[in-house]
Amino acid sequence: MDKYINTPINAEITQGLHAGDYVYISGTIYVARDAAHKRMAEALDRVEKDFNGDGKLGQEELSHKLREALPFPIVDSAIYYMGPSPAREGKPIGSAGPTTASRMDKYASRLLDLGQKAMIGKGKRAPEVIDGIVRNQAVYFAAVGGAGALLSKCIKKSELVCYGDLGAEAILKLEVQDFPVIVVIDRDGNNLYEFAAREYAK
Amino acid sequence: MIRRVSTEEITNHIKEMCIEANHYLSEDMEKALVSAAAREQSPVGKKILGQLQENLDIAGKEMIPICQDTGMAVVFAEIGQDVHLEGGLLEDAINEGVRLGYLEGFLRKSVVGDPIIRENTKDNTPAVIHYDIVAGDKVKLTLAPKGFGSENMSRVFMLKPSDGIEGVKDAILTAVRDAGPNACPPMVVGVGIGGTFEKCALLAKKALARRVDERSPVLYVRELEEEMLGKINMLGIGPGGLGGTATALAVNINTYPTHIAGLPVAINICCHVNRHVVRVL
Repeated sequence: MDKYINTPINAEITQGLHAGDYVYISGTIYVARDAAHKRMAEALDRVEKDFNGDGKLGQEELSHKLREALPFPIVDSAIYYMGPSPAREGKPIGSAGPTTASRMDKYASRLLDLGQKAMIGKGKRAPEVIDGIVRNQAVYFAAVGGAGALLSKCIKKSELVCYGDLGAEAILKLEVQDFPVIVVIDRDGNNLYEFAAREYAK
Repeated sequence: MIRRVSTEEITNHIKEMCIEANHYLSEDMEKALVSAAAREQSPVGKKILGQLQENLDIAGKEMIPICQDTGMAVVFAEIGQDVHLEGGLLEDAINEGVRLGYLEGFLRKSVVGDPIIRENTKDNTPAVIHYDIVAGDKVKLTLAPKGFGSENMSRVFMLKPSDGIEGVKDAILTAVRDAGPNACPPMVVGVGIGGTFEKCALLAKKALARRVDERSPVLYVRELEEEMLGKINMLGIGPGGLGGTATALAVNINTYPTHIAGLPVAINICCHVNRHVVRVL
């Protein structure tokens, strides 16, 4: 089924998304991959260490401080696992397809618990990430891997948020228009990769 | 007769090959994708293969890389032993070509200078270079930029002689099944059988650089290639891993003599953006 959604992606939106749906996203999405996730995790570690140090903050206050430590508003956000090729003159971005999501598995649940609602990538996810999706009413989308030129056409604007020194791994803020993805894992934990392959296995 | 080839010329060729490989698929790969789309039974799979076609059109027309992962540059340099290389060091010349190609071609710089410290070298060097000294007075360069979504799903199995050909088949199917959607199917499967630990990996890598419509000249190997392609396409993984019949476009297998005690098998997986450009100087 084809669905058109606008960011931010909240629980009301994810409620209507089911594994196998074609979804076209418009609005703001953030780009982060391996090295950027590592840095975000380190920023969160520092906040937690301070928290454990003085022991005065309540859980809610801690969550607030953790969210503040991240470089963009995490609540109801969508993170696109991607590292683009450089933009040619007059274009907002170069080739811009998804990278393998499982490399972000180590970091994903923590961000979902802080309010991130959507992940865009490709490939399988670890069971703990699927638990994180279900627990937080989130969603995992796949974009078509290896179609970076085509996908770049849906990106209207790209700006650097931070970690520019990481080159292709910097955090970017993108404005997208009808960015095509497929729901792979929905908030009930249904996993398209599992049932789709079964259908064609002989 | 000794023939002179300048390393400066090699730099220029490598530069052009980096840009060419990342914007245009070779004609054998294009044909394989078209025929996969015609045979695909799943509607989702057909749709994805159509998008890949559209992606290739845009890449070539607008000079946007086919995939943002423009790879680590793998170079096979076959040097005829009657060639005299003039100018700077061959290794430097190849790396300079990669550096220029990735900078001028707006290709992504995806190489870190150290696997643990992980600082980006900012020009995609160094390349991974394999040299062979061969007969003749030509220099044959093969450039195969390798993306890591599929590289990460590659495997080496040190099988026992008693595992035999059935063990090899199981190893290939295990690697492909584990790779699944991560390797951006429809994939090309390069297999090396025999040699030593590192030799079989190199055989597998070279198998990926072979045309996808060219079968092994060895009868049993050719039969194995065909059988495995059939079996892989019955796994159901399909384009993008979203279910379907086009899981692989080709299985290319290379073999080499090995030790009485061993049966090494390497499976090097490549996504549908299996890039290789060959030039003979």
